[in-house]
Amino acid sequence: MSAVAELPLDLDAFEGPFDLLLTLVLKEELELRDVEIVEIVLTFLAERGEDLEVDGEFLVLVASLLELKARGLFPEEEEVPFEDLDADDAAGELAERLAQYRRFRAAAGWLEERLEADSDRYFRLGPAPLAPVPDRPLAPQQPESLAAALRALAAEPPTPSLRHITLTFPPVSLFLERFRAVLRRRGRFVFDKEVEALTRVEQAVAFLALLELRKAGEIAIGQVAPFEEITVWNNAA
Amino acid sequence: MSGTLRLIDNPVDRLARTIEALLVIAPAALSVEDLAAAAEDDPERVETALGLLASRYREGRSGIVLEQVAGGYAFRAAREAAEACARLVERPVQRGLSQAALETLAVVAYLGPVSRPEIARIRGVAADSAVAGLVERGLIAEAGREKDGGAIRYESTPLFERVFGLTGLSELPRLDDLAETEQGLRERLEEVAGRRGA
Repeated sequence: MSAVAELPLDLDAFEGPFDLLLTLVLKEELELRDVEIVEIVLTFLAERGEDLEVDGEFLVLVASLLELKARGLFPEEEEVPFEDLDADDAAGELAERLAQYRRFRAAAGWLEERLEADSDRYFRLGPAPLAPVPDRPLAPQQPESLAAALRALAAEPPTPSLRHITLTFPPVSLFLERFRAVLRRRGRFVFDKEVEALTRVEQAVAFLALLELRKAGEIAIGQVAPFEEITVWNNAA
Repeated sequence: MSGTLRLIDNPVDRLARTIEALLVIAPAALSVEDLAAAAEDDPERVETALGLLASRYREGRSGIVLEQVAGGYAFRAAREAAEACARLVERPVQRGLSQAALETLAVVAYLGPVSRPEIARIRGVAADSAVAGLVERGLIAEAGREKDGGAIRYESTPLFERVFGLTGLSELPRLDDLAETEQGLRERLEEVAGRRGA
């Protein structure tokens, strides 16, 4: 391990040997932005011996750190038209930006001191912002339209129909018996005539009974054309 | 004629009591205009009443202190009660502000309204998390967008001024006055150089 690697550092952001600092920076566990490189240089100068090899190694390392830090200060996505500037302008631009950053860093330091000095200033922070003064006059309204709206609400609603509740279905067996009786008496009948006095529901049940009888083979059914009269006769006859 | 003792009610005293009441319920500092509007009184009379209150509510005389802060007036605790206050309440707004947050706050306070890319340009690193943290604390707030629907811009809030005890942003020191760091840097380097020469 070289003398440079073991250089003991005591910075705001880091305390330990130089090689550990480099490791942390390269692993991005330490923000290079927070590392004051001037402190590293000062430490090195204080510890420096007479070995030119060591000096050379240190110079290379610090130059690399500086370049890394400088790159970090100017994000890549930002277009910096440094290519268009000559060396003096570029240096000037760089110095200007660094000076600007330094000013804001100083301002941040001022704020921090201010906060520290005000650490005994306690005050209440309300949970709610001040209510804006309500200023929403209503448009002029017609009393008649209000009356009309209320009248519509006050009107007796129509009595709901209960017809569906009383709807009952006669049993199919009723019509089975009835049709068998008719056939015993007359041998044949016309379905439409037989049920024309009944309600639609009763007619439907009667038709079901007819189908039942046909299935059982008790009757034969005839119809000359769709929607014509249905004639029913006893199959046994 | 009945000889009843009549209490003479000084109108400024009455206004002062109204202002006391407004200040005690206010969640933020109230400007003279705010107070005049709420009290339905004249701004000049409000200032007179505030002067009366300031002499009554001051350090050493009262546990409540009237302070001029954030472009208005607000009550706060007397400094001598700070330790007791600290045992009672937490201060999440100002607690644990990181270096990145303070730098971002400084940029927004001085340059606001300012967008995140502009902040990043000055600080040299992305400002997204610092900005989000400051917005959450209520120290900065959105202030419209850059021209033509560009990036959102931010400015410092009245809460920022109140927390830092500023009457307004104009109380911030001039940036140029703060930048003596470079000189200090030079002096330190020269000191080491001189030591080596010796």
